[in-house]
Amino acid sequence: MVFVNRYTVLHFLQNYAVLIMIVALTIALSLMSDSFFTVRNLLNILNQNAPLAIMASAMTLVIIAGGFDLSVGAIFAMGAVCSAWIALHVDPYIGLLMAPVIGLLLGTMNGLVITTLKVHSFLATIATSLIFKGIAIVISDGRLIPVRMAEFTWLGRDKIAGVFIAVWVMVIFALLLTFLLNRTVFGRKVFSVGGNEEAAILSGIRTNRIKITTFALAGLAAGLASAIQVSRISMGQASAGTGMELQAIAAVILGGTSIYGGVGAVWRSIAGVLLLALINNGFNILNADPFYRDLTTGLVILAAIGISAGGKPR
Amino acid sequence: MEPGSTDIPAIRAKDIGVSFSGISVLRGVTLDIRQGEIHGLVGENGAGKSTLGKVLGGYYTASHGQMEVFGRPVAGWDSHSALANGIAIMHQELQLVPALTVAQNVFLGIEQHRWGVLRTTEAERLKSLMVTSGFSLDPHATVADLSIADQQKIEILRALARNARVIVMDEPTSSLSKGEVGQLHASMKKLRSEGKTVIYVSHFLDDILETTDRITVLRDGELVSTFATSGATKAGLVSAMLGDGKTETLFPPKQVTRDAAPVLEARNLKSETGVKDASLRVGRGEIVGLIGLVGSGRSEIARAIIGADPATGGEVIVENEIYCDRDLAKSTERGLVMVPEDRRKQGLVMTMPVRANMSLPHLKRLSTAGIVNGDAEKARARELIEHFNVRPAMLDGDVSNYSGGNQQKVLIGKWLMENPRLVILDEPSRGVDVGARQRIHEAIAELAASGTAVLLISSEIDEVLGLAHRAYLVDDGAIVEEIDPDDNDEAAVLSLLFHHQSAHMTDGLRE
Repeated sequence: MVFVNRYTVLHFLQNYAVLIMIVALTIALSLMSDSFFTVRNLLNILNQNAPLAIMASAMTLVIIAGGFDLSVGAIFAMGAVCSAWIALHVDPYIGLLMAPVIGLLLGTMNGLVITTLKVHSFLATIATSLIFKGIAIVISDGRLIPVRMAEFTWLGRDKIAGVFIAVWVMVIFALLLTFLLNRTVFGRKVFSVGGNEEAAILSGIRTNRIKITTFALAGLAAGLASAIQVSRISMGQASAGTGMELQAIAAVILGGTSIYGGVGAVWRSIAGVLLLALINNGFNILNADPFYRDLTTGLVILAAIGISAGGKPR
Repeated sequence: MEPGSTDIPAIRAKDIGVSFSGISVLRGVTLDIRQGEIHGLVGENGAGKSTLGKVLGGYYTASHGQMEVFGRPVAGWDSHSALANGIAIMHQELQLVPALTVAQNVFLGIEQHRWGVLRTTEAERLKSLMVTSGFSLDPHATVADLSIADQQKIEILRALARNARVIVMDEPTSSLSKGEVGQLHASMKKLRSEGKTVIYVSHFLDDILETTDRITVLRDGELVSTFATSGATKAGLVSAMLGDGKTETLFPPKQVTRDAAPVLEARNLKSETGVKDASLRVGRGEIVGLIGLVGSGRSEIARAIIGADPATGGEVIVENEIYCDRDLAKSTERGLVMVPEDRRKQGLVMTMPVRANMSLPHLKRLSTAGIVNGDAEKARARELIEHFNVRPAMLDGDVSNYSGGNQQKVLIGKWLMENPRLVILDEPSRGVDVGARQRIHEAIAELAASGTAVLLISSEIDEVLGLAHRAYLVDDGAIVEEIDPDDNDEAAVLSLLFHHQSAHMTDGLRE
């Protein structure tokens, strides 16, 4: 049928609000500055935001399954401190490898706490984030752990085929999660747990296992992100990752994944991260007053949420 | 005729059409609702009766056509302007605040206040409203503590407090007991005697015939006819609803099953959820009914068998093998499945499309190395959609927009995707229309004929008697008697149930 009514236009706008805003912002910034729409600048944006994008991708699965993970910032800190410490005292390669492994373990712990104590993930992860952060402070003794070795910094600084390794890692991770979510049995179960947990249980799905797995993946992603970041700045510290959990959640919601669970996509969260990054980048290249940065970001998030909520049936 | 005269219709709808996301659900409906009448709207689920009721009540806005209310054309029709024009709507799910009192709910949004501070006149106002309307309730009672029938009275009072002259009631009896239905019907007649108009949307034809003055029948989004209730018959209504002169549902013939090999046997089952002593047997190709009054523990017995609730005693034997440590995942693997009674809460995942809902319990068999085999899934889902005549017949249709009957077909189809050994059906035809009900009954009979054991739970006794080979009576969490459905009618079964109920009540007193 070749007719377009108001409803379909509105529906399209709501569905792709985040992409439309990215396109609009890209055009606006390209017109305002010559240095914006260059391969170098765009790759830089991707590179800088690779850790956040990795965390937001995995957070998407947690939120689709009806959960929340406020501890990924603290897991990031644990990953940063542990990988720097191991790199310094044991081996730089093992240090990089251990960050995602530790993230996976801590994420699994989150999942176990949530499902065995039957508490809301929001509360449980507030508590565990304090615990993880506390351990990170103890391990680092409250100090910076510098690791200046090429065997350690390649992950965050080197390029393959002209593109930062971090960007490759992010792309591969996001594609893997997309495949996991859309093509596998596990992905189908994630959607069903968030959409209607009771129906999922009655369909013979062990919903607790699904939830634990989503939190484990969020932990793994936070660890991986921290490995990239520590390697890039060649330094581990317990204050790393502060506030990243909220940025990741904001990006997921900004992308259009439902906060009530059951609906969403990984690409949406990547788009959410990019939109936040473009705003930041715009402030930088336009030399705008950074005092207005948070204000602008907040308004954009509000606008995106308003567009996707507006006109939906009650 | 001048505005205000009682001869002009309360609502005059001309050529009303409604479509949702491009799909037309109501077309060319022209009808008058007279002042002071009870007007019934009937039709199969999906015929558009609820949609029409919601348009008349201002909850939906028509995408086509005009409306006049008490002689005046209306524009910008929505809940707010409907209320301003004296039309209120009572939804199937009541829109009350459970934690507030009766008086607070009645005056919600129209509280009298001075500078924002509430006046203490609510109870007085409510009392005078109750005197004039004839409904009486304790103004200070908390709504959550009241029965649904009383809560409906609050909705009516709330409409009257806003000077409503027309009240649209959308399936108001769906969760009421028989006595409460009687109360509601009395309320409707009381409203009519006050000169108010009631629009009564229902799929209970007996109720419609008993209470209304005129009836409008809808079919496939179009108005079939409007006629006076006096002289109308149930058979006439059903054939108007179905179109091609079909009469009321007949049950499919029962296949003979003598000494069927047992698939499931439960012995002295007990559970924390109130199952006290349940022993039963279901054989291959057999349909076995569980009959009990509301709250007797029918569903709980089923849940204990399949492992949805932990059992505290007794055993379950599946094809001569004891099945311990039951849980739902294991039961699904062994081919023991349950179609739950509440399709919205327990059955379907409304955020997922039809195909994904149907395949949800069978993902293991529809996948290789954890990756869903999309082609196999689609092929099987397409077969089921055709088999059950699901409409709209779309693999990726948004199930949350489907009518109740079609949702139920999707739900039953979901469990029959991989041929199960035992299917427990809990209220399989609740809240569905005549056509879907018939299709579901046929599917149950076909299922048994193919060798599956069926345990059927229904509060509609005639449904169990019409379909089952054998039936057990359930009272107070225990199976108390086995009956032959062919030797008993509904009245006989009911008197047996009440007999058992009073027996355990007096036992309780003696203890």
